Amino acid sequence: MTTIVKALRKYLDRIKPQFQPGGRLHAFESVFDGFETFLFTPTTTSRSGCNIHDSLDSKRVMIIVVLALIPCLLFGMYNIGYQHWLAIGSESFHFWELMAYGFCQIFWKLVVTYAVGLGIEFIVAQWRHEEIQEGFLVSGILIPLICPVETPIWMLAVATAFSVIFVKEVFGGTGYNIFNVALVTRAFLFFAYPSRMSGDEAFIALKSTLGLGEGQVVDGFTGATPLGQVATFVGDKLTLTNSVGDPLTYWDMFIGLIPGSVGETSTLCILIGAVILLATGIASWRIMLSVFAGGFLMGLIAHAFETTTYPATMLTALEQITLGGFAFAAVFMATDPVTAARTNTGKYVYGFLVGVIAIIIRTYNNGYPEGAMLAVLLMNSMAPLIDYCVVEGNIRRRLRRLNSKA
Amino acid sequence: MATENKNLSALLNPLSKDNPVIVQILGICSCLAVTAKLEPACVMGISVIAVLAFANVIISLIRNTIPTNIRIIVQLVVVAGLVVIVNQLLIAYQYDVSKQLSVFVSLIVTNCILMGRLEAFAMGNKPWPSFLDGIGNGAGYAIILIIVAFFRELLGCGTLWGVQVIPQYCYDHGYANNGLMILPPMALIVTGCIIWAHRSVNKDLQE
Repeated sequence: MTTIVKALRKYLDRIKPQFQPGGRLHAFESVFDGFETFLFTPTTTSRSGCNIHDSLDSKRVMIIVVLALIPCLLFGMYNIGYQHWLAIGSESFHFWELMAYGFCQIFWKLVVTYAVGLGIEFIVAQWRHEEIQEGFLVSGILIPLICPVETPIWMLAVATAFSVIFVKEVFGGTGYNIFNVALVTRAFLFFAYPSRMSGDEAFIALKSTLGLGEGQVVDGFTGATPLGQVATFVGDKLTLTNSVGDPLTYWDMFIGLIPGSVGETSTLCILIGAVILLATGIASWRIMLSVFAGGFLMGLIAHAFETTTYPATMLTALEQITLGGFAFAAVFMATDPVTAARTNTGKYVYGFLVGVIAIIIRTYNNGYPEGAMLAVLLMNSMAPLIDYCVVEGNIRRRLRRLNSKA
Repeated sequence: MATENKNLSALLNPLSKDNPVIVQILGICSCLAVTAKLEPACVMGISVIAVLAFANVIISLIRNTIPTNIRIIVQLVVVAGLVVIVNQLLIAYQYDVSKQLSVFVSLIVTNCILMGRLEAFAMGNKPWPSFLDGIGNGAGYAIILIIVAFFRELLGCGTLWGVQVIPQYCYDHGYANNGLMILPPMALIVTGCIIWAHRSVNKDLQE
C-alpha cells in the first residue's frame, strides 16, 4: 500500500513543474492542484498571521454527505428495476437483475452530471486563477437522485450547466450561492420541460437496457406517483395504488417501493443518511427536526380540515412526510449549510417554515403535486432575512440588559 | 464640425456605450414583458423610437415656455398624446400585434427611458439634436429587445418571427422547447447575459 502511495507522490512531484507558471501545461494548473489536494493533504501552510485549521475541511464534509447519499442511491437503483419489472407484469424479482437494470439507468446520468458540472467548475477556476472548489461533489450525485428516471440526459446536462453557471459561479463559486444548486437544476427542469417532469411517463423506466427487462407493459398500468395520483384525484375515498393497481400499504411508502424520483422514495434510506449526517455532526439537527415538525404540524392541520376540493388533505400527517420528496428535502436539501440560516434560532424558524410551506404548496395548490423543492428554494431566499432579524433581536435584548444595569 | 460630432454622438452613443437598457438599466419592465416573440418586440421597439423622437422634438420646441414647476406634467401630456396616436395606428394596421402587446403600448407613457431623455436632453437642447437623441435611445432600446426576443423565441418556441426554424427532425430525436424561456425570469437572465458580454468587451463600464 505504502509503495503505491509513494509511487503516486513521486509521480505527482515529477509532473508538477509542467503545471507551474512557465510550464508546458500551465493552463491546467487548477486541475492538477485539485487532484493533488484531493489525493494528498497539502503540506503548504499560510504565510501570514496565525491560522487554526480544522481537520474537517470542505473535502471531508462533502465526502461524508456523498456517503450518506449512498443508501438512497443503491435503493434508487433497486427501485428503478423493481418498478420496471412490476410494470412488465413479472412475478419474479431477481435482486442482481434489478440492480443491474437500475445501474444502467442511473450510471450515465451520474457521469454526465459530474462531467458537465465539474467541467464548468474546472474552466471557471482556471479562468479566475483560483483553486478548484469541491462543492459540486455533492450536487453531482444529488441531481440525478432528485430527477425522474426518464429525464433525458441532454436535459439533465442543460439544467446542470444552467444551474452551476447562474446559481453558483456568477455569485462567486462554492459557498457564495444563494440557492441550492441541485434544487435549482430540478426547478429548471420542472419549469422548462413540464411535460417530461411529471405525469405518467416520467417516473418509471419502461425500455429494456442491454437485454435486461424485456417485456410488454401490462394492461391497466399507470405510472403516476402517489402524490401525482393525489393531485388528479376526484371523489371522496382516496386509495393510493402502485403502477399495476394494487393498493399501497404504509410499509411500502416507508420502505420506498413506489414510483418517484430516483433517490427520494425510500424514507428508510433517507433516515440512514440522516443518522450518518447527524452522528458526524455535518448537518444541523435543528433544521432537520424543525422541518419534520413543521411538515407534520401542517399535515395534521390539513388533515383536520379534510375537503374534496383539495384531495391532499385526505392524507394523514405521517403519509405527508413519508411521501414524495419531503423527507429527502428535509435531510439533504434544507440542511445545506451554504443556503440555510446560520444562527441557531434562525435554523428553527427556517426549518419550520420549509416544512409548513412544503405541505401548504402540496396540499392547497393542485397545480404542483410536490412542494418540497419550491419551499426550500423560497426559504433559501429568506434565510439571510431570518438571520438578520435574529441578530438584530439579540443586539436589542443585550442593549436593554446593559441599559437596565447602568 | 463640433456640433456635427455632438449630433452624431447623440445618435450613436445610446446604441452601445450609453445604452438605456444595458448600461442605464432603464425600461427593464417592458423588456421582460414583450420579448417572448420577435414580432411584438420589433413593433414595440419601433413604437418607442417614434414616441421618443417626436416627444423629444416637441418638448425641445417648447422648452423655453414650460414653467419649471409643472414641466413633468407637460412632458407626460405630450408623451401620452403621442402614445395614444401610436396605439390607434397599431390597432388600425397591426391588430394582431397590438392584441399581443396589449397594455404595454399604453405603458410606454411610464417608460423610464422617455422621462429620462426628456428631462436630461430635450429640456436643454435644440430640436434637431433632440430628435437624433430620441432616435438613438429608441434604437438602443429596440436592439436589446430584439436580441432578447431572438433567443427567447428561438429556444422557447423553436420559431423566429412565427416561422418554424428548428426542424421536426430534432423534435423526433428528443429535442424539446424550453418552456422556461417563455416565462419572464429568463428574459431577465438573457438581459443579464447581454450585460455580461457587453461589459466584458467594454471594460471601462465595469464598476
